Amino acid sequence: MIETRGLRKSFISRQGRDKKTVEAVRGVDLEVAEGEIFGFLGPNGAGKTTTLRMLATLIEPDGGTATIAGADLLADPGEVRRRIGYVAQGGSTWDDSTAREELVLQARLYGIGKADALRRAERVLEGFQLSEYADRKCKTYSGGQRRRVDIALGIIHEPKVVFLDEPTTGLDPQSRAHMWDEIRRLRAEGMTVFITTHYLDEADALCDRISIMDNGEIVASGTPAGLKREISGDVVRVGLPVDAVAAAAQALTSYKLETYEDNVRLYVEDGAVAIPQILRALDAASVPLGTIELHRPSLDDVFLTKTGRSLREN
Amino acid sequence: MKLLRDTSLIFNRQMQLLLRNPVWIFVGVFQPVMYLLLFAPLLKPALQVNSNAEAYEIFVPGLLVLLAIFGGLFQGFGLIAELRAGVIERSRVTPVSRLALLLGRSLRDVVSLIAQAVIITLLALVFDLRVFLPNLLLAYLMLALISLMTSAVSYGVALVVKSEDALAPLMNTVAQPVLLLSGILLPLTFAPGWLQGIADWNPFSWAVNGTRALFRGDLGSADVWQGLLIMAVLAVAAVAWAAREFARSVR
Repeated sequence: MIETRGLRKSFISRQGRDKKTVEAVRGVDLEVAEGEIFGFLGPNGAGKTTTLRMLATLIEPDGGTATIAGADLLADPGEVRRRIGYVAQGGSTWDDSTAREELVLQARLYGIGKADALRRAERVLEGFQLSEYADRKCKTYSGGQRRRVDIALGIIHEPKVVFLDEPTTGLDPQSRAHMWDEIRRLRAEGMTVFITTHYLDEADALCDRISIMDNGEIVASGTPAGLKREISGDVVRVGLPVDAVAAAAQALTSYKLETYEDNVRLYVEDGAVAIPQILRALDAASVPLGTIELHRPSLDDVFLTKTGRSLREN
Repeated sequence: MKLLRDTSLIFNRQMQLLLRNPVWIFVGVFQPVMYLLLFAPLLKPALQVNSNAEAYEIFVPGLLVLLAIFGGLFQGFGLIAELRAGVIERSRVTPVSRLALLLGRSLRDVVSLIAQAVIITLLALVFDLRVFLPNLLLAYLMLALISLMTSAVSYGVALVVKSEDALAPLMNTVAQPVLLLSGILLPLTFAPGWLQGIADWNPFSWAVNGTRALFRGDLGSADVWQGLLIMAVLAVAAVAWAAREFARSVR
């Protein structure tokens, strides 16, 4: 459904007199299959939004090729526009309009007739449980309601592919869970959904497949489970008093290790063998121990092994 | 066909939002009416004309052109608000005509300007201004062209600078010399030769002369067709440029 080869984009950024070329996206290859929820995971500034905006025809790539829903991005952006929907991160509703007005106009901008546009608006308003507020001005909506209007606007013309840029950023946990259900519903209706996110749990729980992006490049692609399986071994998480973290890191230098505010994580071949050794090492260094857990690697661990940094630090 | 349809979609939405909040019409008319009431009475002695009607014939056309220039140049602020709300980006991912995104908005500005011009003309009638209807309609065409041009320029600049903080001083800087060099408040017949020489290079000065000729009832004057032609060419150029800005990739 989406295929890109070597997609590139750089920007010139000015800081005072200095001009610097920032390579935001440096050669992205992607393959997204029909009917999947595809996640683009990475820290802020990794180039996710720039890639998405190129795919949505909003900015022109400097190089590379892309085919989206059968249309060539560079040769025929107009046809791409007809086949995709795009929902920006910052929202897209006008304070003084109502959701219904916005939806009808949006459908009509896609060339849909008035009567059909009204029917479609009614249907998506019901689908997104917005009927109750449909004729109120957008400025009266809650964050979650507004976000649902944004997504409804992105799919009113029933595109084959819908791009959602950070769809749950800024939502409370309940609205987030609600939004995940909405996104799964889009997949159930046959749409291919392409989302960007910097939330690990979101990529893990929601996406069929993900690509992890860092510094303008894709560092790993696969199913969340498959990516985690690629990291051999186990993760041992040692919970500690905050002031003991440094001492623990000192005592465990022989392990591949990552320190956090109140815990350290160790990447080991076999947790069952490693845990007694870890305990002995900490005991020998008189580090007070809080908790110790053994778990399978998370997507953060995948990111860490690929980039040497933790996604959580962002 | 698609252009017409898309333009009317954008225009209708913009009109709907405008009429929802009709306070603009009072704000837009308030300042010109103040000029009409508080400044115009000075004109009869200052211009050394015989009657109020004659003074208004000179002053009202200038006032209307002023309104068209300023009204248009400051429309970009609304667009920046729309950019910020994401409305423009949402339109740009649809196959809608880029020219329609501009024209729909600029035509709304033209309509709102003409509405204000009608109110001011009606008030001026109370002060003994008399103008022949076909001439008045041609004068409104001139105003429409001016406002189409200035609002397109304002939208284009807004898309480039993307911030109110940059747009406001920029537009003021452009508008002030344009205003002084167009003989809007006082005709440039009183100006020294060098000043007239500069003013000849100001297209709005031609528009003001043309509009004054129409209010004077001098339809045959060369000022009329020259003013209309210059404004039409500039309006087309401004629309073409601003539509390109709507089509261009923006970060």
